[in-house]
Amino acid sequence: MTPFYSGVIGYYLIGALVISILLFLNKNKRMNYLLTILFMVLQWVFTIYEYNHINNVDLVYFTPDSLAIIFIVILSLICVPAFYHSHIYCNSKNENPRHRGIYFAATVLLLTALSAAYLSNHIAITWIFVELTTLSSSALIYHRRNKNSLEGTWKYLFVCSISITLVFIGILFLSFAVQQSGGTDLFYKEMFEKASVMNVFWLKLAFLFIFTGFTSKAALVPMYTAGIDAKDKAPSPSGALLSSVLMNVGFIGIFRFYEIISPTSIFPWANKIILITGFLSIFVATVYMLRVKNLKRMFAYSSVEHMGLIMLGLASGGIGRYAAILHLVLHSFAKPTLFFQMGQVYRIYKSKSIYDIGDYFKYNLSGSMVLLLAFFVVTAMPPSGMFVSEFLIFRSIFESGNILLLAIVLLLLTMIIWSFGKNIFKMLFIKPVNFDDSNVEKISPFESLSQFILLALVIYLGLNPPAELVNLINDTISNLPK
Amino acid sequence: MTNILLITFAISLIYLGLANRLGSYINALVFQGIVLFGVAFIELIEINLINLVFVLLETIVFKAIIIPYFLNYIIHKNKITRDIEPYLPDFVSIVLITGIILGSFLLSNSIQDSHVRKIFFVVAISALFTGLYIIVSRRKIITHVMGFLVIENGVFILSIALGNEMPMLVNIGILLDIFASVFLLGIFANKIGDVMKEQDVEQLSNLKD
Repeated sequence: MTPFYSGVIGYYLIGALVISILLFLNKNKRMNYLLTILFMVLQWVFTIYEYNHINNVDLVYFTPDSLAIIFIVILSLICVPAFYHSHIYCNSKNENPRHRGIYFAATVLLLTALSAAYLSNHIAITWIFVELTTLSSSALIYHRRNKNSLEGTWKYLFVCSISITLVFIGILFLSFAVQQSGGTDLFYKEMFEKASVMNVFWLKLAFLFIFTGFTSKAALVPMYTAGIDAKDKAPSPSGALLSSVLMNVGFIGIFRFYEIISPTSIFPWANKIILITGFLSIFVATVYMLRVKNLKRMFAYSSVEHMGLIMLGLASGGIGRYAAILHLVLHSFAKPTLFFQMGQVYRIYKSKSIYDIGDYFKYNLSGSMVLLLAFFVVTAMPPSGMFVSEFLIFRSIFESGNILLLAIVLLLLTMIIWSFGKNIFKMLFIKPVNFDDSNVEKISPFESLSQFILLALVIYLGLNPPAELVNLINDTISNLPK
Repeated sequence: MTNILLITFAISLIYLGLANRLGSYINALVFQGIVLFGVAFIELIEINLINLVFVLLETIVFKAIIIPYFLNYIIHKNKITRDIEPYLPDFVSIVLITGIILGSFLLSNSIQDSHVRKIFFVVAISALFTGLYIIVSRRKIITHVMGFLVIENGVFILSIALGNEMPMLVNIGILLDIFASVFLLGIFANKIGDVMKEQDVEQLSNLKD
């Protein structure tokens, strides 16, 4: 690995920033389309460049390692339908140009900050970009500018500010440990090499704080609450981003630190904490899934459940680590489909409550096919790719000897599938009460195309993962002890 | 000298437990800003000049003047009543905050590291948990922001303990400070004031399952 200073990421960051500012200032609709396309081109060129320069250090603080590559490719894939649906969303509301500008500028800023956070190889730099994601996503959550979105934004901002402060405290504790071991800087690689001589007390404290802090982004217990409100209140295309790529940044924060402590004596202790958090997340998700009436919030709780499963896989070790990352990849493709579809549902019924929605087959055939298929994919029924990864996670829990835990988790998942199915089938087949369908908007089947493609991708990646992906995942987990 | 300043800081935390007007909270925050200025000045005198000036400006100008002024402005503009409206009586608050400080002392006893001065650790952890306690035990949104500012002060103390070796972290801490305070206070406390008549947390309870 030779240090290679090309500075491409510098051009990318500056380019994205300029596009974001132009989007903010611009009032013309056509120019708006052009700028978002320009950003997608930039994002893709950058992604392909980083893919071809894997593990080359860029501008000192950025290294595209295998996990970063996986996530940045996911981000570039998701951002295309996200922009497409954002344009549909804004056109359907006849958004005023200023709000539209702020919305797209914030989206571009969010995607850029996420890419940079994935690539960063220094914990403080990751931290800065994660902070930027909080800023930009709160602009998205506030987009509708009513009392409820204000409440959602305030809660999100406040909880994220506290968790980002907790991460910072964790970094401070970590730097006590680094200093004491004779290190001078907080690069992940350097810390990984020095980890075995670091003071265990500081590492433990640092782990607790950093882990708790990042749970707000990763949608895990204890800080998951803000994310639920955020995904509910944000416009559905941004909800899709918040429940896929933004969760990945929380995972990357946790995973990188998990990697650092893996050679130390506190590793089993950390695994226990992660196992408990994962289990509690699934439990909380089940409790709320059983009573939730707002569909978008239900999808958000389903993300909490999946993240809990991923944590169980990661902490159980063995094949579970591979499965955890595969599951995360598949989840990032599967969950946005539900949110994109929810945008269309909302345009027909003007509501997100399960009481007002029903008989969706009558109003939007292709959309209801998406919902049906997405239900099978997200609840991990075959042929969904998530079935494979979930099965492997269960296997790893079984092999690590936590049979009781496995039994309880399976029971909870059954309840989740039941309530998920109950709501989805009610939505598809049962007639809604008091719904006036005299002037229902006709939705073009073409709008569901992106969701079919994403769902097909989930099935394909799970059943027949390409060798490239398998190698990247195996390389990601190669640093963890056997 | 640092020790005396830090202990005064810890006493100001207990004061937060029994103060019951918003004005006293603002005064306590000003006081904490000045104490932090002293601590930063004594501890960081060896780092390079520009960095030192930056840190000192942040404590004295930002923490002790701008933020309190802003808080005052918001309170007047939105006609927030001056009472703190705690959920728990003052007596319980004092006992709990004293307990927090005691607990941090006990925790610091388990540190086996000669590099770190424990008093920084104790005061910072106490400020962190006192801030969290203020957030959960007070009703007004503005007091939540104040609790957050107390947490920020704690973080600042912890970063000063490292300041000579890793000045970068102090600067990042300041960045966090400015970002969070300006954003939380400036944009949101104002917006919420425009939309809602009473700045109660109860007003913000529509989103739930």
